[in-house]
Amino acid sequence: MSDNLTLPAQQGPTDASTETLLEVQGLTKHFPIYGGFPIKRKVGAVQAVDGVDLTVGVGESVGLVGESGCGKSTTGRLITRLLEPTAGKINYMGQDITHASRRQLAPVRSEIQMIFQDPYSSLNPRQTVGSIIKSPMEVNGIEPEGGQEKKVRELLELVGLNPEHYNRFPHEFSGGQRQRIGVARALALNPKLIVADEPVSALDVSIQAQVVNLLQKVQQELGIAFLFIAHDLAIVRHFSQRVAVMYLGKVVEVGDRDSIYNRPRHPYTHALLSAVPEVAVDDEAGDKERIRLYGDVPSPISPPSGCRFRTRCWKAQDKCASEEPPLLQLSGNRDGHLTACHFPEDPTTEARAEDVVLDPALKALEKDTADDTESKPAKD
Amino acid sequence: MTSPTKAEGSGPAVALDPELAATSEVDKPKTLEGRSPGQLMWQRFRRDRTGMICAGVVIFYFVIALCAPLMTALSGTNPYTLYGQDPTYVDTNPILDDFGLPLGYFGGVSGDHWFGVEPQYGRDLFAMLMYGMRTSLYMALGVTVLLMVTGVIIGLIGGYFGGRTDYWIGRVTDFFLAFPQQLFFIAFMPVVTAFFVDPQEETPTYFRAVAILIVLWLLGWMGMARLVRSTVLSLREREFVEAAKVSGASPWRIVRKEILPNVVSPILVQFTYQLPSTILTIAFLSFAGVGFVEPTPDWGRLFAAGARYAEQDPAFMFFPGLALVIFILCFNLLGDSVRDAFDPKSGR
Ligand SMILES: Nc1ncnc2c1ncn2[C@@H]1O[C@H](COP(=O)(O)OP(=O)(O)O)[C@@H](O)[C@H]1O
Ligand code: SF4
Ligand SMILES: [Mg+2]
Repeated sequence: MSDNLTLPAQQGPTDASTETLLEVQGLTKHFPIYGGFPIKRKVGAVQAVDGVDLTVGVGESVGLVGESGCGKSTTGRLITRLLEPTAGKINYMGQDITHASRRQLAPVRSEIQMIFQDPYSSLNPRQTVGSIIKSPMEVNGIEPEGGQEKKVRELLELVGLNPEHYNRFPHEFSGGQRQRIGVARALALNPKLIVADEPVSALDVSIQAQVVNLLQKVQQELGIAFLFIAHDLAIVRHFSQRVAVMYLGKVVEVGDRDSIYNRPRHPYTHALLSAVPEVAVDDEAGDKERIRLYGDVPSPISPPSGCRFRTRCWKAQDKCASEEPPLLQLSGNRDGHLTACHFPEDPTTEARAEDVVLDPALKALEKDTADDTESKPAKD
Repeated sequence: MTSPTKAEGSGPAVALDPELAATSEVDKPKTLEGRSPGQLMWQRFRRDRTGMICAGVVIFYFVIALCAPLMTALSGTNPYTLYGQDPTYVDTNPILDDFGLPLGYFGGVSGDHWFGVEPQYGRDLFAMLMYGMRTSLYMALGVTVLLMVTGVIIGLIGGYFGGRTDYWIGRVTDFFLAFPQQLFFIAFMPVVTAFFVDPQEETPTYFRAVAILIVLWLLGWMGMARLVRSTVLSLREREFVEAAKVSGASPWRIVRKEILPNVVSPILVQFTYQLPSTILTIAFLSFAGVGFVEPTPDWGRLFAAGARYAEQDPAFMFFPGLALVIFILCFNLLGDSVRDAFDPKSGR
């Protein structure tokens, strides 16, 4: 492996989060909906992302978590400038790239790369693995020492594939291997930031761990900052130094890993955490609270007024409907742990006196089983 | 799921992760040169016997047509001479009876005139068919290539850029599709010709060819454009296009390197369906009297003539008809085989 691929470990992320690499302010994306006859005009908008603030430090790994359809991919695509933001600001190393054109973007293009969710659609079936990984270098006119082909072989080796597979086609590889090829392609330009959009959610559980391990090593050894998008908190637990929880286009809670996993304040974070099946790695977590949310995320076309989570929140009150909770540091929270909630939960994940079950079907089910166990001894 | 990341202590390993073992499954003793989708397609096609035979037949037709002068040199005839009205020829070699119908069996089949002769004029059918096929096949090839290229370009532009561009291209396509094609050919051919050539003068043959080309081209590109557009539209959403964008590739490069290689198979399949239908259309034009005219030998014109002679000399239609049926049949079967080879899941 050549030197430019492995940076000394001390340059890793441990002390690096002080310097900001990417800063996103009030990022908004509304997809217009057209309708009407005979003249089509804008009749509404999908408010996919609505005022997201986020920072990623140099070499830092940030997790972005939320249910499906809450705007995570859109956020990632806005940051990599695949989509044009409706409003807000994207600052990369002090440079405003919010509306930069392809040409203006050229200098930073190579520094922000992306890993995609679907390993089957993210590789062109008509190109060899070699040309897939080489193509970013060609586009940017990069001629690494020893030639592009040598670099491609090094990258293949780095991601754990046989360099001799250079001339193979994507259809000859499994999902996990394809995702590794995607990682190699993202690394080809020596990026400083990689946006990984649910990079493992399309893979078998047994393969997921391997790919996450690979990403983690890439992140640590090459000092690359990551924005790791996932739909549950389990997968980013060991990967991210900071975690942002998103709900319906907004960041509802953000903080360092420990705060989010052990001292969450937002009800939605509690719900997400309780959905993580027994992450009893650290023994301190005894009995976990149980929260079952009811229904799906509301439509982003007409999101609920005030707090967007109020339709599914068990603590919702009138204030939640009228006033939107700002993203603030609550008393008792650490620096950088911000929560958007009027009536935050206690900073604990211990089991509560009574489980929160908002799903009526589930509730009925649980009541039945409870009745059964009660009635049985009575009959005997 | 279980916690996926328990980073095992990694030494200075070359590979960051040991999935190398797993990769060896594709690593069989054969060479490491991967087979491209194109090569796989070729392999599947070669195994399809119908497809191979049909391909052979189709190639045979094109070669025959290309070598028409050679073939007529073999038979010693040519498509223009009116053998029946040439006194010196008729003296040694009577071919027509007093009513102008061919002597002998089956339209006058003989050692000199392999497929018989035309009633009234006594022209050699073999020579006329060879030259007629040449005219039709290469006209059709020209028209098909032209409208494929046009359709591909228009479809690529509409599909890739989408939005307003796509909207207007779509409306123009609809406009052209709204023409009743057959009627329009008949009505429009004389107009096109009159536009360029003084009606008093004889229209040169090459100009008729150009006029046919223009009319068929103008009214024929839409199907291809729609097909390419819809394919590109779905390709554009694929993540490998986004990956190319993230690396900073220009739209031109994306179209050329990422999209075009993926539309080759639908284009090829469409081509194998389009060509025979174009041949039929050109034949139809000549049949309707607006395509090629006397004395240019042409497949369609042979049918027109055959229809005229059908009552006295039904055999005249036999050879051109049989040739056409075999050709169209083989070409369509070939199209099916090509499609199956590209997309094995569509299987029969
Ligand atoms: N191109 C688009 N046009 C219209 N709506 C879109 C588009 N892309 C995404 N959306 C909508 O935006 C919302 C957020 O989508 P997405 O960012 O993909 O969510 P996630 O990745 O969190 O599952 C969804 O409701 C989705 O339907
Ligand atoms: S603001 Fe109200 S509705 Fe929103 S999460 Fe907090 S308590 Fe629930
Ligand atoms: Mg997504």
